[in-house]
Amino acid sequence: MKAYLTRRYLFSASHRLHSPEMSAEENRETYGKCNNPHGHGHNYALEVTVSGRVDAITGMVCNLVDLDQCVEREVLSRYHLENLNTVREFAVTVPTTENLCIEIFEILQRTFAQAHLERVRLEETMMNSFEYTGENGSPP
Amino acid sequence: MVYLTRKAEFSASHYYHSPELTPEENRRIFGKCNNPNGHGHNYTLEVTVKGEVDSRSGFVVDLKQLKEVMQREVLEAMDHRFLNKEVPEFLTKIPTTENIAIAVWQRLQPKLQQAQLHRVRVYETPELFVDFYGEA
Repeated sequence: MKAYLTRRYLFSASHRLHSPEMSAEENRETYGKCNNPHGHGHNYALEVTVSGRVDAITGMVCNLVDLDQCVEREVLSRYHLENLNTVREFAVTVPTTENLCIEIFEILQRTFAQAHLERVRLEETMMNSFEYTGENGSPP
Repeated sequence: MVYLTRKAEFSASHYYHSPELTPEENRRIFGKCNNPNGHGHNYTLEVTVKGEVDSRSGFVVDLKQLKEVMQREVLEAMDHRFLNKEVPEFLTKIPTTENIAIAVWQRLQPKLQQAQLHRVRVYETPELFVDFYGEA
């Protein structure tokens, strides 16, 4: 039997939305308050969904401890209490929550092998969230 | 097609232990969840059914009937119970969140009349949930 398991994590980080490909004016117009040169922060909530057959012996899709350790090592320790603009992958790419969501999906796809990664959902605030299911993924 | 979701809550205790594993393996794989005295959770159950909206009633499903089926088939069996000892499915299967979602599906599916069961979601905590769509 195939089941989908979702785990929720919290991290806090700051960012500034600014594209080097736009003029100062275009940046202000596009990103509004998010273009403030000193940046600002969010408490992000990350949901990671993995799927697989429920193991007949353990009753699990995968061991949660493995998932927690992977997310802690590869994602939370990388972004929690950091300024996202100073992290290598956002040196050029704008750290919008869309781009962060895609980045986290790709990191976990590379590093978590114990179950199939279905979806990454990222809440920037209680009012907005973003989901990514991979380049050829089905809609969430 | 319209999808309707009904929520319910139940509280239960469980522990994780497989007779097919050695005591050492059980402790290694399940950690604190292997404590034989069990521990508890407040589970939240979300049952999603789907169907066409009935032209006369405007309903996908009679909500009262769905509520009664959930109450009778799931909550009465699992609420305030020690899942390993009191729920028949878990005498032989470990009551992981995955297996609880499957058991809820198997209990509800034959009892629903109008609407088709689409998804069973079981939250063990606000930070962990499992979805089951009846897939083999």
